Amino acid sequence: MRLLKLVPDDTNIDFLQWRKVASFMSFFLVVVSIALVAVKGLNLGVDFVGGQSVRVEFKQEMPPIDEIREKVATIGLGEPTIQQFGSDKAISIRTALPEGDKATADRAGEQLVAGIAKAFPTAKTGAVETVSGKVSGELLRTGAISLALAILGISIYIWIRFEWQFGVGALGRLFHEVSLTFGLFAVTQMQFDLNSVAALLTIVGYSLNDTIVVYDRIRENLKKYRKMEIIPLLNLSINETLSRTVMTTLAMVLALGMLLIFGPDVIFGFTAAMLFGVFIGGYSSVLMSTPVLVWLKVGPDSFVPRTTSGIGGGERIERKDDGAVV
Amino acid sequence: MLDFPRWKTVGISIILLLGILFSIPSFLPQKTVDQLPGFAQIKVNLGLDLAGGSHLLLEADLADLNKTQLANMEKTVRAAMRGERGPDDDIAIGDFKASGSTISFLIRDQKQLDDARDRLAKETQGAGMTGQRDWRVDVVDTTRIVMTMTAAGRDQAVARAMESARDIVDKRVNELGTREPTIIREGNDRIVVQVPGLQDPKALKDLLGQTARLEFRMVDPNGGVGPNGAANVPVGSELVPYAPGEGGGAPGEVLRRQVMISGDQLISAKQDFNQQQMPAVSLRFDSAGSNTFARVTGQNVGKRFAMVLDGKVLSAPSINEPILGGSAQISGNFTVQSANQLAIALSSGSLPVKLDVVEERTVTPELGADSIRKGAIAGIIATVSVLVLMLVVYGRFGVYANIALAFNVFLIIAIMAAFNATLTLPGIAGFVLTIGAAVDANVLINERIREELKRGRRTFQAVELGYTEASRAIFDANVTNVIAAALMFWFGTGPIKGFAVVLTIGIVTSVFTAVTVTRMFVAHWLRSARPTSINI
Repeated sequence: MRLLKLVPDDTNIDFLQWRKVASFMSFFLVVVSIALVAVKGLNLGVDFVGGQSVRVEFKQEMPPIDEIREKVATIGLGEPTIQQFGSDKAISIRTALPEGDKATADRAGEQLVAGIAKAFPTAKTGAVETVSGKVSGELLRTGAISLALAILGISIYIWIRFEWQFGVGALGRLFHEVSLTFGLFAVTQMQFDLNSVAALLTIVGYSLNDTIVVYDRIRENLKKYRKMEIIPLLNLSINETLSRTVMTTLAMVLALGMLLIFGPDVIFGFTAAMLFGVFIGGYSSVLMSTPVLVWLKVGPDSFVPRTTSGIGGGERIERKDDGAVV
Repeated sequence: MLDFPRWKTVGISIILLLGILFSIPSFLPQKTVDQLPGFAQIKVNLGLDLAGGSHLLLEADLADLNKTQLANMEKTVRAAMRGERGPDDDIAIGDFKASGSTISFLIRDQKQLDDARDRLAKETQGAGMTGQRDWRVDVVDTTRIVMTMTAAGRDQAVARAMESARDIVDKRVNELGTREPTIIREGNDRIVVQVPGLQDPKALKDLLGQTARLEFRMVDPNGGVGPNGAANVPVGSELVPYAPGEGGGAPGEVLRRQVMISGDQLISAKQDFNQQQMPAVSLRFDSAGSNTFARVTGQNVGKRFAMVLDGKVLSAPSINEPILGGSAQISGNFTVQSANQLAIALSSGSLPVKLDVVEERTVTPELGADSIRKGAIAGIIATVSVLVLMLVVYGRFGVYANIALAFNVFLIIAIMAAFNATLTLPGIAGFVLTIGAAVDANVLINERIREELKRGRRTFQAVELGYTEASRAIFDANVTNVIAAALMFWFGTGPIKGFAVVLTIGIVTSVFTAVTVTRMFVAHWLRSARPTSINI
């Protein structure tokens, strides 16, 4: 049986020649993402702003959004936010916290459900969520803390397992990935809730998975080819891991894509964010996380065992390798 | 590569077999599982987002608790000053004030000050680990005693109140006849209530929102309330408002502060109908309560007493004759449902602190079932497409990876079932992600084998190097994922936690299946077939 080769043997693409363009683009995208979040803002769900949200499913044709908005506004809980899921029959209707009420979660949710049932008798309400202002504040805080700690914790781990340059590279890459994903949420105005934080954390974990594979190969090659210039060495490492990057990305895209198309619409945003993260991750693995190492001046000496003399240690590790040297 | 010891093969096979066995009940319908013997009834729990149901987060109203604590201490002080040996033993006190976490009062006769302090010392207790007392007693201006609740005392009061509140919530939820509710304390002052299958949490919320502090108190015949709300309140009495819809327009009643009998002395409460066939609640008091009730009503024929629920008067009937036998009936503005609810609340005991619902999430069972169905379909399609991809790209090695992947699925389910973990909707996504991670591990290994072959290594050596060299990156990558999952578990709530659980279990099992199990297959194949070249 002839097996499928996604990437031809012995690729020798000079990825690092694009490092300036890629870095500029990444920088640009990060700035744009941050600006988008600042200008358009995130569509925060009840988890983070408090209030009540009801999932409404229409059996037949869904009325126009404006009509729904108008009718819900008359319930007396203020102007609603209407969120569409992947399907065209289900929406989520969200209203703000009623003011001055301490036990807010108590009545407003019921009021909203009753109001919707009256305005749209054929619609079915499937899920009701009510979160008070105090709880939503806590959820936002713990969400932010866990994200920040995950990025830091992982970077520190890489610093310990590799060298500080790699830790910085990982940190930069994570910042890049997370910013861009925030940008995605700002552009699409997909609802940002606890599930989105889980998606972000997953992207962080996955993206590190990618970085480590490439960094591991760089570390190995730095020990192996001690006399090679850094840029060809990085290119070699990326090329050697290219077929793996492509294959894994493809597998993830397949799995997440199926989940996006056939999965329940309740996790549409979650899956969409992860899929986006996988694409960004593929790009970063190849074009973003390695140039950092050039600027931070990673060289063969970065992995010299400090107790033995540098040259001796290096030659001992060097193997009889010729096949794939550029 | 070839030396894959026999004990390892046996050990791995046992683990895989156990994995399959333990995951079987999770695939069976609930009815079948119920018929299995007890040890076999381990099954993955479905989260509320999949099974449908209600999740409520209740928070104690600490200001309310503080007020109750002060009021109780005032009662204790008054009782202590009343003396055990008759009126000569009384210590006259006055000018009671309560604010913040302190109460203070005047001792009329300065000579009795030391006596008063001794009596109070008996009423305060050590609290917490520090040996600090729960109340501090100070004397100000030689005649005023100031009692302050200490931080340790307050913490202890909160802890006690929450513990008993949890028990009472438990009783009330169970009274509703729901299936397997979960009721746990969270943090200092919160209780999580999860009720699977509950469609409409309104009844539950009403039930839990009711403190149900019932008191029977005498109406003060010397007091009175004018129609404009101006009240004449003698010393030792207070104005208590009527509950909404009760009292026929009167704003309230002036009641003696002293409580005749309280809800603590109930043995039962049940929904009933009164003589007008209106819904009511019938009560039975215990023997001490019955005796008091009989004695007080006997002494006060012709006067009125009031039934007070949560600080509101429900009714204030006249005493026509002594009420013997310890039964009473509360009528009021009830429906059958609300009377039933009050009966449940009263018989489960009064909550020591008012509870507010601060978070509520309800998913209907239909939506949950829909999510499971779609999630399962999507999961199967996703897995199959990945399996096909692996097969097309890696051939025989892809088959090994795929078998390992199938074992991985069984193992995750088995471990979740064994730990009684809960599968949530994000958990399904986590499932897909670990499949991705498992695939990545095999991709790393297989790509490495290809590489080593390209470099001209012999078959066995290439496979050996593929496994050892790739393992390092696999290990590092999975540790970072565990870091992310652990943080999600510690800081996350609800859905994020469910995701983290699946991710953590999945990372461990996927490394095991993708590295160890495939290695076993490959080793056995290499040993038996002794191929000179491999197609990968």
